[in-house]
Amino acid sequence: MIAAEGQRAGPGTIAVLAVTTAALIFLIAPVIIIVIVSFSGADYLRFPPPSLSLRWYERFLGSSTWRGALVVSVQVATLTTLFATVLGLAAALSLVRGKFRGKGLVYAFLLSPTIVPTIITAIALYFFFARLKATGSVLAMALGHTVLALPVVVIIMAATLQGFDRRFEMAALSLGAGRLVTLRRITLPLIAPGVLSAALFAFLTSFDELLIPLFLSGTEVQTLTVRIWNSLLLEVDPTIAAVSSFLIAITCVVLGASAMLRRKGEHDESHVAP
Amino acid sequence: MTATAGVAEVVEASSERLERREQRRFLALLLPALLTLAVLFVYPLLGIFFRSVHKTAFTLEFYRQVFRTPVYLLVIGLTFRTAAVVTLICLLLGYPLAYVLANIRPRVARLLVIVVVLPFFTSIIVRTYAWMVLLGRNGIVNHYLTALGLVSAPLPLLYNQGGVLIGMTYVLLPFMVLTIWSVMRGIDPALTRAAHSLGASPGQAFRRIYLPLSLPGIAGGALLIFILSLGFFITPALMGGPSDVMIAMLIEREVEFTLNWSFASALAVILLVLTLAGFVAYNRVVRLARLFEERA
Repeated sequence: MIAAEGQRAGPGTIAVLAVTTAALIFLIAPVIIIVIVSFSGADYLRFPPPSLSLRWYERFLGSSTWRGALVVSVQVATLTTLFATVLGLAAALSLVRGKFRGKGLVYAFLLSPTIVPTIITAIALYFFFARLKATGSVLAMALGHTVLALPVVVIIMAATLQGFDRRFEMAALSLGAGRLVTLRRITLPLIAPGVLSAALFAFLTSFDELLIPLFLSGTEVQTLTVRIWNSLLLEVDPTIAAVSSFLIAITCVVLGASAMLRRKGEHDESHVAP
Repeated sequence: MTATAGVAEVVEASSERLERREQRRFLALLLPALLTLAVLFVYPLLGIFFRSVHKTAFTLEFYRQVFRTPVYLLVIGLTFRTAAVVTLICLLLGYPLAYVLANIRPRVARLLVIVVVLPFFTSIIVRTYAWMVLLGRNGIVNHYLTALGLVSAPLPLLYNQGGVLIGMTYVLLPFMVLTIWSVMRGIDPALTRAAHSLGASPGQAFRRIYLPLSLPGIAGGALLIFILSLGFFITPALMGGPSDVMIAMLIEREVEFTLNWSFASALAVILLVLTLAGFVAYNRVVRLARLFEERA
């Protein structure tokens, strides 16, 4: 594959392929193994599992604490998605369309939460909300996650808007459509795949994140990731394999959907393109 | 003649006014996001900074405490060492993988990239848990090793420095691969071919042409992994032993157990400064890379 130009595969090529294969297995094997052992029928996590069953999934969805954590995670992630997508879309529009000085600086500032180690953001928010006596609430966790998800939305939306052909809007305006009509009937439908994809990644950012809810959650209100953390400190409970596989499935759905949306976005543009 | 010029001027002036109004609207769109970050990010961070130098009065006591206590210096040293080793392992595994991704048929590359991207977007706690299942005393790896008769007793693979290195490498390797790959995709394959046709051996062509051109990817990736490693918490906390303490874990302990928030804040400020210094260097390297690209 590498020595495509008719050279013999030398020892260098073989070494490169060997390391590559090893790295690929190293990357994917743990994910696959966790998903497989989550269907284990045995009390211990053996690979391959001696028998298959859904007992760990029953444990996961049958326990009120795990179910409660799932509900909290969904609530936090949904609120985060809402906040981050609205704020991020507006900011990206302004950055791509507006003409003002210091744009680079503003962009860097909007992305700065990705630079700061999450543990620092988490304790900073913990001190902040503790003083307001607002820890242990879904809203506090969602606001914290909005800080982390906002850069994700801004990056995706800025890329989407940069690739957007403004001639469609100008055509609509010149044909007598008002600004709002143009926005609703031309701009939003065309950037919709990008907005959806940004929203999906905002959701995933919140759903997968541990540190902010670890500090902001109370004993009653816990996210899935916090529940996993608390049980891992005690023992390696096979139920976590089922919960983990569930989180991996969510990741797959988000990645798959965003890939489809990207293809759809390209298709839409070529469809309307003159 | 003058009349049309006058009209043009008026039109231009009014369109300029329209433009300015529209610009103000764009700035207004930016405000909500900026305000959100100001309240929920900048202000809390300033709070940490303030707390680190102020208790009842201004003091540098907490910083002094960090730099005077050998244990804390040990933790900082260990954090740096761990970050350096993880960076090196990621580079050794990631460079060949990125090279293959950049040089195989795009169709195959797209498939293999999924293998890199899926773990990249999987929750860190899930990825860490997966390795705990694999490496534990009764874990899958030890089960196979004993079943095959390779070891008589289970190996201590978890809750030590080795476990931390494996877990952190696992979490960070996709960053390295994607960074190097993005640079390698910009390298013109005609350059290596030209070297071949001028009589260079494959090894020579790689060393003298490809490697220097991919250097920005190596530098950028290595810096990124190093910086991210410095602030790592979840993986070392779960996979390390009692002595494998990194700065982020120390911060968490001070907040949750010792309740010494001022000291935790001082540690956080130190970690933040180290991280920001790293990103300044990263920015230089990436900008330098762009400079090279423009010249090439």
